[in-house]
Amino acid sequence: MSSYSAWDEKHAGEIIDGLKSTAGATLPILHALQGAFGHITERAVEMIADALNLSRAEVHGVVSFYHDFRRELPGRHVLKLCRAEACQSMGADALAAKAKNALGVDWHGTTADGRVTLEPVFCLGLCSCAPAAMIDDKLVARLDETSLAATIAKARA
Amino acid sequence: MSLLIRIPLDSAAVALGADDVAAAVEREAAKRKMAVTVVRTGSRGMHWLEPLIDVDGVGFGPVTAADVAALFDANFAKHPLNIGKIAEHPFMKAQTRLTFARCGAIDPTSFHEYQAAGGLNGVGAAIMIGPAQTRDAVLKSGLRGRGGAGFPTGIKWKTVAEAKGETKYIVCNADEGDSGTFSDRMIMEGDPFSVIEGMAIAGIATGATYGYVYIRSEYPVAVRVMTRAIRNARAAGLLGARVIGSDHSFDIEVRVGAGAYVCGEETSLLESLEGKRGQVRAKPPLPAIQGLFGKPTSVNNVITLASVPAILSDGADAYKRLGMDRSRGTIPIQLAGNVKYAGLFEAPFGMTLGDLVMKIGGGTRSGRPVRAVQVGGPLGAYFPTGLFDTPFDYEAFAAKGGLVGHAGIVVFDDTVDLARQARFAMEFCAIESCGKCTPCRIGSVRGVELIDRILAGNSGPEQFALLDDLCSTMRQGSLCALGGFVPYPVTSAMTHFPEDFRKNVA
Repeated sequence: MSSYSAWDEKHAGEIIDGLKSTAGATLPILHALQGAFGHITERAVEMIADALNLSRAEVHGVVSFYHDFRRELPGRHVLKLCRAEACQSMGADALAAKAKNALGVDWHGTTADGRVTLEPVFCLGLCSCAPAAMIDDKLVARLDETSLAATIAKARA
Repeated sequence: MSLLIRIPLDSAAVALGADDVAAAVEREAAKRKMAVTVVRTGSRGMHWLEPLIDVDGVGFGPVTAADVAALFDANFAKHPLNIGKIAEHPFMKAQTRLTFARCGAIDPTSFHEYQAAGGLNGVGAAIMIGPAQTRDAVLKSGLRGRGGAGFPTGIKWKTVAEAKGETKYIVCNADEGDSGTFSDRMIMEGDPFSVIEGMAIAGIATGATYGYVYIRSEYPVAVRVMTRAIRNARAAGLLGARVIGSDHSFDIEVRVGAGAYVCGEETSLLESLEGKRGQVRAKPPLPAIQGLFGKPTSVNNVITLASVPAILSDGADAYKRLGMDRSRGTIPIQLAGNVKYAGLFEAPFGMTLGDLVMKIGGGTRSGRPVRAVQVGGPLGAYFPTGLFDTPFDYEAFAAKGGLVGHAGIVVFDDTVDLARQARFAMEFCAIESCGKCTPCRIGSVRGVELIDRILAGNSGPEQFALLDDLCSTMRQGSLCALGGFVPYPVTSAMTHFPEDFRKNVA
């Protein structure tokens, strides 16, 4: 389960200060802030821009370019299903349809109860034991209908 | 004496329950008051046997936590999961393991085990013969970039060495995003010191004193193991102001990507390292002249760098003797998707695609006939079984309209619909396009629409001509391999599997 702190400007400032002098600091800072607060707030974008002497538009451009960075908090659990070819060859498309149906969401959606966010991922490097998935930080290989249903049930419990 | 049990920490093994097995072993040993030491290792690459545990060289797999008590009862000897000596397994014996020699056999973060297994001989040789001869050795070995482009590594290093500048960088491209490939992940999780040693050698050869390993965020285990190995390498003196006591200085840090496939392209990766959107740069200037932060930079793939220590320690000639034509040495081939014996198989270039899929891979996992294979990731061509006589070689694949890429083979059985796969290739390109050039950004969206129209069946032959035309524009007009290569899967699917596109055509 993902547990994030509530937004805390002082703490965010400390994270930024600790990293701002590393070369090419934007991504390390964004990773650290998202790790702490679960998403990148508008205020965080302003603070990074200030610290790195960039415009807010530039920071926004970086945040929006990368699939990993979120502007909103995810659900309590994040279920990532691999959509790439090796997983397709073992039935990933059908499993994805089942997951969407069971959760009542499309890709990037969060269930109404805020429990689960469903996300696509393009390759977890588990192509030799496809289909692959990741629930929070736990990797799952050779996913099938039974293990998918169990994973979803556990996440919603 | 304590019983030593090696259990993989490799992501594939963990995804199949290796952590649970390790916990069960500890629990069972405590219950029986037996002295057992569990060491976590990389994977040997026989993924259908994972989690594969190693007791004194004898393998047991695939093990579940529920099997552990019975394995203790059998004293880790006669048991149905016993596969015999791992090194004697036919899948292992058929390989030529140079780059992956240690992977799975040693504790990946133990510098001592690395050194005891032949590590450091390469960097030792490089220091002894000096930068110019190190570059020469790599050039003579015939080593070509394993990331997919196949550019001679020795030439790249020479260009960086001769470029003017006080500060130079080595960037290890560990943004392995191609579906069907996992060799970078496996070596980073199983033998990270070989990558570190390769980078140190690259530093010596080019005059670079600092390196970055850019690892994709989808590989959290690789990030963890690599980070710890770098710390241990620094403590042991492989990294730092005096690389193993020499006058060369070299250090490394890990940077983590953020889910953008295009950052596997070298200039996009450099932009990302600089903290920007991962948009492709126009070339020239080459990164070797003007790369990271404008400084001369050698961007090399993980496997390329991990192959270097063996070349230096065993000699360029020994490496060059392996392989065929202009593809020299060994290549870690990744058997993926719907294949029975899936995993990593390192062999000299030259084996045929058919032998790899049918003899080594054992055909499909589903038991149905093989219909197509995609080699080289999402931008690689789909080959029918009719092309199974193609040898694994950069030029031979190019001659058949395909590419070796990062040497991943994804196998599909006869339930695959190649028109859907072609549509997916365009859809993937649309999702992952960096947006810098028009053929890729707009072309991929138009490609999806065109294939949808063809599949809906309410169109004539002009739609096929249009798709062909679009592919040709993307191939010739795109700035990088994303838009430039996405025509490979699309046109190969149309050429070799035309029936899949005509199901609904009136």
